[in-house]
Amino acid sequence: MGGRLRALIAKEVLAALRDPRSRMMLIMPPLLQLLVFSYAATLEVTNVSIGVLNRDAGRWGVEFVERLEGSPTFTEIVALQGIPQIQTAIDLRQVIAVLQIGPDFSRNIEAGQPATAQVILDGRRSNAAQIVQGYLTVIAEQIGATVDAEHGVQPLAVGPIDRNWFNPNLEYTWFTVPSLIGMITLLASLTITGLSVARERELGTFDQLMVSPLRVHEILIGKTIPPLLVGLFQATVFVLAAVFIFAIPLRGSLLLLYGSLLVYQAAVIGIGLFVSALSQTQQQAFLGSFLFAVPAILLSGFASPVENMPDWLQIVSLADPLRYFLVIVKGIFLKAMSVEQVWQNTWPLAVIAIVTLGSAALLFTKRLE
Amino acid sequence: MSMPGARFGALLVKESIQIVRDPSSILIALVLPLILLFLFGYGVSLDANVVRIGLVVEQAEGPAEDLAAAFQASRYFEVEVASDIRALEDDLVAGNIRGIVVIPATFDRDFGSADGRAAFQVIADGSEPNTANFVQNYATGVWNTWLAQQTASGQGQAPVITLAPRFWFNPELASRYFLVPGSMAIVMTLIGTLLTALVVAREWERGTMEAMMATPVGILELLLGKLIPYFVLALGSMALCTFLAVTLFGVPMRGSVPALLAISMAFLLPALGQGLLISAATKNQFVASQAALLSGFLPAFLLSGFIFEIDSMPTVIQWITVIVPARYLIASLQTVFLAGDIWALFLPNIGAMLLIGLVFFVLAARSTKKRLD
Amino acid sequence: MDDALVKVDTVTKRFDDKGLPALDAISAQIAAGRITGLVGPDGAGKTTLIRLITGLLVPSEGSITALGFDTKTQAKSIHAAVGYMPQRFGLYEDLSVRENLTLYAKLRGLPPAERASVFERLLHFTDLGRFTGRLAGRLSGGMKQKLGLACALIRTPKLLLLDEPSVGVDPISRRELWRMVKELTGEGIGVVWSTAYLDEAERCDAVILLNEGKLLFQGSPGDMTNRIAGRVDRVVDIVGRRRQVLTKALAVDGVIDGVIQGRAVRVVYRDGETAAARGRVIEMVKANEPKASVVPAEPRFEDAFIDALGGGPGGRSELAEKTTDISGKANGEAVIVANGLTKRFGDFTAAQDVTFTIPRGEIFGLLGPNGAGKSTSFKMLCGLLTPTSGDGTVAGFDLRRAAAEARNRLGYMAQKFSLYGDLSVRQNLEFFAGVYGLSRKRKRERIETMIETFDLARFLGTNTKDLPLGFKQRLALACAVMHEPEALFLDEPTSGVDPITRREFWTHINGLVERGVAVLVTTHFMDEAEYCDRIALIYRSRTIATGSPDALKARVANPSMPDPSLEDAFIKLVENSEMDQEAAA
Repeated sequence: MGGRLRALIAKEVLAALRDPRSRMMLIMPPLLQLLVFSYAATLEVTNVSIGVLNRDAGRWGVEFVERLEGSPTFTEIVALQGIPQIQTAIDLRQVIAVLQIGPDFSRNIEAGQPATAQVILDGRRSNAAQIVQGYLTVIAEQIGATVDAEHGVQPLAVGPIDRNWFNPNLEYTWFTVPSLIGMITLLASLTITGLSVARERELGTFDQLMVSPLRVHEILIGKTIPPLLVGLFQATVFVLAAVFIFAIPLRGSLLLLYGSLLVYQAAVIGIGLFVSALSQTQQQAFLGSFLFAVPAILLSGFASPVENMPDWLQIVSLADPLRYFLVIVKGIFLKAMSVEQVWQNTWPLAVIAIVTLGSAALLFTKRLE
Repeated sequence: MSMPGARFGALLVKESIQIVRDPSSILIALVLPLILLFLFGYGVSLDANVVRIGLVVEQAEGPAEDLAAAFQASRYFEVEVASDIRALEDDLVAGNIRGIVVIPATFDRDFGSADGRAAFQVIADGSEPNTANFVQNYATGVWNTWLAQQTASGQGQAPVITLAPRFWFNPELASRYFLVPGSMAIVMTLIGTLLTALVVAREWERGTMEAMMATPVGILELLLGKLIPYFVLALGSMALCTFLAVTLFGVPMRGSVPALLAISMAFLLPALGQGLLISAATKNQFVASQAALLSGFLPAFLLSGFIFEIDSMPTVIQWITVIVPARYLIASLQTVFLAGDIWALFLPNIGAMLLIGLVFFVLAARSTKKRLD
Repeated sequence: MDDALVKVDTVTKRFDDKGLPALDAISAQIAAGRITGLVGPDGAGKTTLIRLITGLLVPSEGSITALGFDTKTQAKSIHAAVGYMPQRFGLYEDLSVRENLTLYAKLRGLPPAERASVFERLLHFTDLGRFTGRLAGRLSGGMKQKLGLACALIRTPKLLLLDEPSVGVDPISRRELWRMVKELTGEGIGVVWSTAYLDEAERCDAVILLNEGKLLFQGSPGDMTNRIAGRVDRVVDIVGRRRQVLTKALAVDGVIDGVIQGRAVRVVYRDGETAAARGRVIEMVKANEPKASVVPAEPRFEDAFIDALGGGPGGRSELAEKTTDISGKANGEAVIVANGLTKRFGDFTAAQDVTFTIPRGEIFGLLGPNGAGKSTSFKMLCGLLTPTSGDGTVAGFDLRRAAAEARNRLGYMAQKFSLYGDLSVRQNLEFFAGVYGLSRKRKRERIETMIETFDLARFLGTNTKDLPLGFKQRLALACAVMHEPEALFLDEPTSGVDPITRREFWTHINGLVERGVAVLVTTHFMDEAEYCDRIALIYRSRTIATGSPDALKARVANPSMPDPSLEDAFIKLVENSEMDQEAAA
């Protein structure tokens, strides 16, 4: 490494980290995001309210309500009287669902007849409602088993036994925290790279660099180092937090994780450089990064699985580095992914990195005219 | 001598011309909303419509074969069959399939006998908890349906209790129906908070605010002249989004336009107030944009009940959501689109938004005096 | 004076409790019908005072009445009757000229019936009639300034406040602005004109001179210059190197200031020592320049200002003494060569066929109105722009083929302060030493030299952005010459800097030039242009005149203007070129 490049890298790192306020900006918001979002970003359903309209005088209706009360999913059971109240409770989002038990519920059960309970769910929140429906089904099955036992009926011998590999209790944080590593690294690397060139342009120091003997590729290398370091640092903090605060198992190889993280960062930094080559002001760089980051996160498979998207969007998401890195980071954390499987998701990142870094360099050389 | 009407009109005209000529306001008010709407309309779907799973049938005959056929026929699953689970494990790790159903060799025998304790396994990929839930639910559904058919044909027994679910407002269970209205709240936040913070901060940066302050224009006029065009712009963007939501994404519009308008207008008070407060506090476009992103966009996205249920968040975070205006907008928007005019729900939400808005405006007015220090 | 429009009564303004006050117990008055110059270097407190007068800031202590209203309690009434043009003119760049005017007309409540006639008058006055549809952001600096003035004049104000209207504006536009403002005072308007250019102070009717928040002088500029009447001489008819004469003159006991003016050197004597010091200077001149003579000169405002501050810096450049002497190395060899440099952006030609050579030990100046093509030419030569055709060399290296080699031999100092503000002084020095590939030992030596020469030791750990302005200037020069470049590129190097720092800066530059460095400088500052050995005047993308400052002055001298200033020459030459073009067309 030449002295020139070394001086440049030292400068870039200092410029990014010397100011205590900007140091704080690099550490505090991501940590706060990690804490808030890993607890907030959950598709789990707990602590919801459910309404019950029990018109059954028998014991099974009561049994059902008692079991609801015992479930951690439901914190509040609202006793409703009559259909109009159901309407109001759902309309006003006081409850996410209403269990309606008819007058012949216990009678049918005692008679060995199939008993039906109606569940009304709020389709405005169809995802949560479906999960609530799943919980209710389980409770209904449990009551059924009790009934069978009392009636001396052998419980049903067969039925699905549910197993969740990698995350047996479906802890949501096991999903969010590793994903956040990818997302927050993306945002940090993108903004740092995107803005650094624009800031130098605004301050006039970019001309200063251009009249020095530094070559374009040296300037570009200098610009990639701070985001790389910051990203590595943030990722390390998050990995530690994941393991020691969130108690998420790290089953795969840490080395593989860092290896692929570097390639991922190269891809993201390439995009940041591309944005910064195009922008004249920090404002433009900010909007450009934002314009890239939002779709990148939404199409990555974090918000919803990639396979749910229409085909054309799935093709678009092939260019999204976060998509691959999410598979890798969750794979290494939870699934102890093998080298080969990590590689299958790393080479597309390498391709993206080569394309973006290459075109950023090209664009820079052109724009510097 | 003074003509406040003409003066105010001049400010409105100036701001409108600037909106039209400034690429970043076009970008935020027009391009970003479209991108967001499209992404949420097409890209993000929380319904695991068709899940790819693996199916291991250890002995393909009798009821086992029959059950396997039921899985293959299910419209929820796309099935990859293997005779050994080891052939599928790699696919599960790689994420190519989201679950494995294993029907063991003992299934036939146990199914016939009365006292066996065997069963079949549904293994889901726990690294995607939401999809895992769907896999389990769908598998139970397939099993129940299959069992009912078997019972009808004299084998096995029916479950004691059946639940008859009815999803109000959204029987198709299309997540799009609540994501698209939710994304409008994000759009409104972007225009109300981000764009407003940027344009006001720009006036500070370029020194035009100073020039304005030395004219007879009052500070209230100055701020209102700034806000009203963005108020109108946001409503226009809302109208465009509504139009696309209904025509392109088939979201029903069961409520009335006046209700939608009332909700949107109420939301713009806190959104614009927040933007104003940010710009008055930072006076710098770059810092303002960061602050707007952190305090406006991200909370609207994550802490508003848009995708993630507020009830399921830890208590501390639930408290934070109380001051996120988007929370009230999203609840109201989802209702006005999917349920109809439920004023008993709108009014408290509108009240909350107006209250937050008032607080923001008071704070903003206190930090924007007609002075520079 | 009872007719004072503005009375400033022992005003102190602090922005934070710890630091020095921005304004320290200032008392001043501004009269109607006159131009009051608010003069001082950057950071003197000019903008703060103007903002205090408008009521946009309130004094920490003391009080101000403007137009009879108290600024603290009656700011609204003041706003109704003043015209204010802030720095950068307060224009909306997205709006066209007419839209800006209409906006301000409505904001100031100009009756619609009068609008047409007022616009016509202002557009005629500012000569912007042809550009009413153009966006303000697309106007040149001079045109923006005129539009800003027009907006401030929409309803003829009683008081017009102009905050640094001439920054970044070329001499021609500046002169036009003066003409316009003079007309206004004729109508009885009181004008406050803030400026860092001391030569502008001389044209004002009254001057408020500020330095570091303190009032140095208030009154007519003549009173100020009279203080040094008889203490200023010029050494004329210098045959040899005038820079050496200046250095020697400054070393003479009793000489407190000296600058180069074309071929002449101007010296100022300490109060009470004039006769003795003059004798010593005459002796020195005799010994070194037998043909030269010492003649009395008209005192200038700037001379008086330096005198008020206790004299300028000496003439020795420690920096130059520690710089390798390359003047002997093939003397006269061209270091910077521009050969037919042409730059086109689309079908617009920004610079056409710019040709000149700068030999070792020479300062070459590029002058011209804004947008004429001088910065394009400058940027092509230091490698920031690639020429469309023609070529340039620095120290013998072609800028296209051996760009890195060429860049290794040039030093660059930008108009805006452009070092890394978040880095400390030492880190900036280390960085610039590093990017120019200095060896470890050499790097240590050079950094030490810079720290000593520029007295930076106590600021080494300070963030560059927090340095006092003068030290920023010094550091910028230190970083530009760290690697001992053979060619130095200076882009308006001293705008806004106080005259003492500016002298110090030129002392170093002069010293370096004597050691064989070639300097290319662009400037709007006529004082700076006087330091040049030769000047190229660029207008409408072409070089319209080249020659020494004195030669250019001589070209325009005529009976009605026997002793033109360089600014006169500049304006006259541009006018002549315009006439030639019209004649050709």
